[in-house]
Amino acid sequence: MTTPSHAQSHPHYHINGKRPGVGPGVNWAATIKDAGLAAFVALLLTVPLVGLRTVDRPTGLGIEARPEEVIASIVLVFFGRLGLGLIRQGMALPVLILALVCAGVGLVLPMPTQVLRLVLVLGGGVIALRAAMTVATGRSKLSQADRDKRMDRIAAKVQHASRYIGPVAVVFAAILPMTPLADRMLLDIGILLLTYIMLGWGLNIVVGLAGLLDLGYVAFYAVGAYSYALLAHYFGLSFWVCLPLAGLLAACSGVLLGFPVLRLRGDYFAIVTLGFGEIIRIILVNWYQFTGGPNGISGIPRPSFFGIADFSRTPAEGMAAFHELFGLEFSPLHRIVFLYYLILALALVVNLFTLRVRKLPLGRAWEALREDDIACASLGINRTNMKLAAFAIAAMFGGFAGSFFATRQGFISPESFTFIESAIILAIVVLGGMGSQIGVVVATLLVIGLPEAFRELADYRMLAFGAGMVVIMLWRPRGLLAHRDPTILLHGGKTPAATGAAK
Amino acid sequence: MDYFIQQLINGLSLGAIYGLIAIGYTMVYGIIGMINFAHGEIYMIGSFVALITFLAIGALGITWVPLALLIMLLASMLFTSVYGWTVERIAYRPLRSSPRLAPLISAIGMSIFLQNYIQILQGARSKPLQPILPGNLTLMDGAVSVSYVRLATIIITLVLMIGFTTLINRTSLGRAQRACEQDKKMAGLLGVNVDRVISLTFVMGAALAAVAGMMVLLIYGVIDFYIGFLAGVKSFTAAVLGGVGSLPGAMLGGVVIGLIEAFWSGYVGSEWKDVATFSILVLVLIFRPTGLLGRPEIEKV
Repeated sequence: MTTPSHAQSHPHYHINGKRPGVGPGVNWAATIKDAGLAAFVALLLTVPLVGLRTVDRPTGLGIEARPEEVIASIVLVFFGRLGLGLIRQGMALPVLILALVCAGVGLVLPMPTQVLRLVLVLGGGVIALRAAMTVATGRSKLSQADRDKRMDRIAAKVQHASRYIGPVAVVFAAILPMTPLADRMLLDIGILLLTYIMLGWGLNIVVGLAGLLDLGYVAFYAVGAYSYALLAHYFGLSFWVCLPLAGLLAACSGVLLGFPVLRLRGDYFAIVTLGFGEIIRIILVNWYQFTGGPNGISGIPRPSFFGIADFSRTPAEGMAAFHELFGLEFSPLHRIVFLYYLILALALVVNLFTLRVRKLPLGRAWEALREDDIACASLGINRTNMKLAAFAIAAMFGGFAGSFFATRQGFISPESFTFIESAIILAIVVLGGMGSQIGVVVATLLVIGLPEAFRELADYRMLAFGAGMVVIMLWRPRGLLAHRDPTILLHGGKTPAATGAAK
Repeated sequence: MDYFIQQLINGLSLGAIYGLIAIGYTMVYGIIGMINFAHGEIYMIGSFVALITFLAIGALGITWVPLALLIMLLASMLFTSVYGWTVERIAYRPLRSSPRLAPLISAIGMSIFLQNYIQILQGARSKPLQPILPGNLTLMDGAVSVSYVRLATIIITLVLMIGFTTLINRTSLGRAQRACEQDKKMAGLLGVNVDRVISLTFVMGAALAAVAGMMVLLIYGVIDFYIGFLAGVKSFTAAVLGGVGSLPGAMLGGVVIGLIEAFWSGYVGSEWKDVATFSILVLVLIFRPTGLLGRPEIEKV
């Protein structure tokens, strides 16, 4: 049990240590004052933007007052803060009971307005959860270090288990289309998830291994997509010819963009990559004679079965039909299943590459660069070439993913390659824990899978996405599964726990 | 020549707006070394608060324009700074001792959150507003016309800059701020409340961004929830161009970016103006990473 301290109005100063000499008990005045201050801030935040809404009227812009929502949020913040303050002072059990009563009343009894019900249920629920955790663990608040240690243990377990989980997951992914579960929607979601997993793994090479923060990764995705679309459009090349070409072009653009900026460090590098990403998007929008501008390119040819067979019912001249070739009943699902396996294979190639390269001099140099730039230079590692290699290889994988995206959608436009896509891919890498391959998968399921499952809440999806990014970072700043054993150890390796997790 | 002067004035007023936003970036970067990615969104919120305040006081029956403008200015500065404060308190302060990437990701998340927050609350459609301050000042026998709004933007920015420079150079808050910028730990040991100084830095940055937001609303007469991103990136460019951490640099960078944009639109065409801005950013970072007025950073092992 932590003891109350005089610093209640600044809970962030409240160190989780024991303060001898201060007895138990609740400092009501300070707690209520603190909650009141929080409610006042909530008032200032909500009055202009929540309480007053602009509405379109025939005469122009009008305004509408929503006082009940302002009052609701103030009440929510006040009691929420009060509850948290009391939990911190060892009153978890009464708070738990009260919060549960609130939530129950909100659920069962009739309420004059919906807003009141929402306040009771939501506020009561969250506080009850928090209080229950405190009651269960017997501690008011884990310190950041404790929490980190605990999560590190879980992460280490997952890392070790990934030796078994990995193959199981791959087998599961491979047999998924054959199970009766697989319908059109599930496969589409699977393809989407695998695309982001592949992009995450690709970006992980730059961010996780080489330690370069790239905010413009989507540019290479765009280069790959447009390479295929334009080559197919102007020269009629097939997907299988274009796939390596798209990768090559993306890698070239990676070298081209990377060469001037790799001297920069840290945040500057991030901003310049963001700038490059935007430049590529603006070029795609403005060079409409060539790229179709904002309208994009439609009618991008679908992939054939390795150039042998086509997936349509009536294939073009000189092509066999896939279902006839294998003596199957025609089904539009065949193409989807094929696309699914294609992206699975591409993603696994990226994963295998990363796993292997970490054992090669190149990968070791990347990891060393990430840990200490200057030490690397002193050891005679050519920093520019190493970083350029990371940039180009990641760009190549981005290009592969891009041309897959183009052939799957059949339509691309610059809309698909905005900064928000870069942010999502980067979020996947960082939330999963930089450099952790299994972390990317977990984060993709969280970041892409969860919103996909709640599609009907379309408007609130991105709101929750942004808030989720903040919350995960606050909860676990190094990413969910950030634990990494050093790839090599001195003297054949003491236990990883003794050397500690690499930062 | 007339056209040149016209573009010059357009560029100056645009640059003033970028400069006001850039100060927020540069101060935050100077003091806690992070790119406050949500700052563009703060500017967007300032713009929305100004719009809502105008509509609200219109509904209350206040029609005298100077008073209306003053209330708009004060309200948007006040409410937006509360947003700036809250963003720092919730999303950045707990991450102050974390690895460098964590606050950046948190900031990107905050930026996405705020954008969608405004979109849900106020609607996705762009918000038009009738001109509040119509009229032009004609110069050179009518060849050049400067709208009062643009003139007001430049004047208000100048006044704010003078006040702000005084605040940083003369007051004890400014001294504490500069001390924290140099060495937070030492400043803390000498009795400076570092948390409070950092909070106030965010509050000041947000207040200046709110002024910029209101000016954009007055000049262009239309805003939407998405204006923050591009303005944010360009203002960051301005901050980098001027030299991150330097206040006059931020203003200078803003003016340079504004002028480039205005002249590029005027003489080359407006489609490629964003490419011009980003190319400047890239070129400056490659050839002069410390910016125009920045101090070189010494690499220590």
